[in-house]
Amino acid sequence: MSFTLLKRGLRPNRPPAPMWREHPLQDHYDVVIIGGGAHGLATAYYLATVHGITDVAVLEKRYIGSGASGRNTAILRSNYLTPEGILFYDESIKLYENLASELDFNVMFSQRGHLTLAHTDSSMRTMQWRAEVNQIQNVDSRVISPAEVKKLVPFIDTSDRPRYPIMGALYHPPGGVIRHDAVVWGYARAADAKGVHIHQQTEVTGIDVEHNRVVAVQTNRGRIATGTVLNATAGWCSLIAAMAGVRLPVETRPLQACVTEPLKPFLDTVIVSGTFHFYLSQSDRGELVMGASVNPFASYSTDATLDFAEALAGHVLELFPSLAKVRLLRHWAGLCDMTPDFSPIMGTTPVDGFLVDVGWGTYGFKAAPVSGKRMAELIATNRTPELIAPFAYDRFFTGQIVGEKGAAAVTN
Amino acid sequence: MMQLECPNCGPRNVSEFRFRGEYVERPHDGADPARRRAWAEYLYFRDNRAGVQKEWWYHQAGCGRWFLAERHTKSHAVENTRYWGGEATS
Ligand SMILES: Cc1cc2nc3c(=O)[nH]c(=O)nc-3n(C[C@H](O)[C@H](O)[C@H](O)COP(=O)(O)OP(=O)(O)OC[C@H]3O[C@@H](n4cnc5c(N)ncnc54)[C@H](O)[C@@H]3O)c2cc1C
Ligand SMILES: [Zn+2]
Repeated sequence: MSFTLLKRGLRPNRPPAPMWREHPLQDHYDVVIIGGGAHGLATAYYLATVHGITDVAVLEKRYIGSGASGRNTAILRSNYLTPEGILFYDESIKLYENLASELDFNVMFSQRGHLTLAHTDSSMRTMQWRAEVNQIQNVDSRVISPAEVKKLVPFIDTSDRPRYPIMGALYHPPGGVIRHDAVVWGYARAADAKGVHIHQQTEVTGIDVEHNRVVAVQTNRGRIATGTVLNATAGWCSLIAAMAGVRLPVETRPLQACVTEPLKPFLDTVIVSGTFHFYLSQSDRGELVMGASVNPFASYSTDATLDFAEALAGHVLELFPSLAKVRLLRHWAGLCDMTPDFSPIMGTTPVDGFLVDVGWGTYGFKAAPVSGKRMAELIATNRTPELIAPFAYDRFFTGQIVGEKGAAAVTN
Repeated sequence: MMQLECPNCGPRNVSEFRFRGEYVERPHDGADPARRRAWAEYLYFRDNRAGVQKEWWYHQAGCGRWFLAERHTKSHAVENTRYWGGEATS
C-alpha cells in the first residue's frame, strides 16, 4: 500500500473536490461538441491539452456518460480484420495503456486477454486470417487449440457436447476490460481543468447553417454562436445531423447487456462466441458481465427485453453449464449507431464547420482515445489525419467502404 | 412479446418476422453516372427517425411475404401494415 493512501486515510473526512465545474452558458464558443460521452470528452481533452484550444463547450442533454459510454461492457481490443482498422484501434489501446497516469485517474484497464471462439470451419478460417493480418501489424494475436482454451478457462465446456463444439479460438493477450465510467470522468476532469466548459442538462435543439456553413447551435438554454460543431452523439447522431441538413448512413439499434450476482473469481479472460452470439467477462466485483448482438429491429428505446435475457442465458449455458443457478442482477440497453460496413464515420461533411465522429455501433468505446486525439487534430489543423482518412463520410459515394464485418459484427 | 400484423396472416409474434430496414424510394436509371450519388444514398443513407417510420418487414417464419409497416421507433406502436402499393390495415 502506498504511504500517500495511508496518510490520506488517517486524515479527517472532507467532502471530495468536485471533478468538474459548472459555468454559465456563453453565447459564443470556438468549438461546440455535442454529446458528453467518451468520444466528445476525449476530443475536448486533446483539443485543450495538445492544441491549446480551450474555448470549447461540451453539450450533454442529460449527464455525462448517460449514453452508450456508461452502458457498455467495456471490452478493449485491437485484433480487427482490415489493415486500416487494426492500425487505428492499436493506437487507441496504446493510449489506453497510458491513460491512468496521463489523467491521474485510475481507469482500471485490465489486460487480461481476449478469446474469440470459433465453432465452425469458416470462422476458424476467419480467425486464421485475422491472426495473420494482426501479426503483420505487430498486434499480439494468434489461433489456439481447444486444449489451450481449456487451460485458460477451466470452466468452459470444450467437449463435443455443445451444439457447436469449440474448434479453436483467436487469442489476443493485450485485450481486456476497463472501468468505462472512470474513462468518462477522467477525461471530463482533465478537460475541465484546462478550461473546457462541460454543460450537462443542455440539449441541442437546432443548428443554424448559413451559406452552407455552421454559424450557431440552438439549445434549451439559449443560442451559441460558433463556427465549428462536432457531432459526437452516437445513437442520436442522425437526429443531430438532420438539424444541419446532413443525412448519414446510420441506423440506430439498441444493444442490451446484463450482469449476474457476484461470484468468486473464476474467469480472468474475456470470452466471445460469434456463433452463440454472446460475450462474457467477470468484473472485479465478481459479477459476470454479458452481452449479445443488437436488437433485431431499428429503435430508440432503451427498454430491456425478456427475449434477450432468455436467448442469452441459453447460449451462455451451452458453453458454461455450471452457471445454471446463477441469478441476473441488472439488465439494461444502450443505443448504437450502426453503419453498413461496421466502421465509424469521422471527419468533415458537406456542411462546412459541421464535423462528425459517429457510427460507433457496438464497438466504439475502445476507440475513444484515438478518435478524440485525431478529431482534435483535424479541428486544430483543418487537415484530416491519415489514420482516420479511411473512415471519411465520402467513402460511401466513392465505393471505398471498409468491410470490418468479420471482426465487429458480434464481438464488441 | 411485441406483435406485428402480417397483411396475410394477421397478428403474430415479432420474432416470426425479419426487419428489413427503413423504406427508401428507389432512384431510376442506375446506369446514368450523374445519378451515382443518388444510388449511394439509396443504398446506404437513412433518415433514421425517432418517430413514425415506414419500413420493410418480411414474414420469415410464416407466409414469406414482404410488407410495409408504419411503426414508432421509440414506443414501437405499429400504426398500420400493408403490402407495397396496397391498402393499409387498421
Ligand atoms: C450494451 C452495450 C455494450 C457495448 N460494449 C462495448 C464494448 O465492450 N467495447 C466497445 O468498444 N464498445 C462497446 N459498446 C459501444 C460503445 O459503448 C459506444 O460506441 C461508445 O460508448 C460511443 O461513445 P460516444 O461518446 O460516441 O457516445 P455516447 O456515450 O452514446 O454519448 C452520446 C451522448 O450524446 C448525448 N446527446 C444525444 N442527443 C443530444 C442532444 N440533442 N443534445 C445534447 N446531447 C445529446 C447523449 O445523451 C449521450 O450522452 C457497447 C454499447 C452498448 C450499448
Ligand atoms: Zn404472413
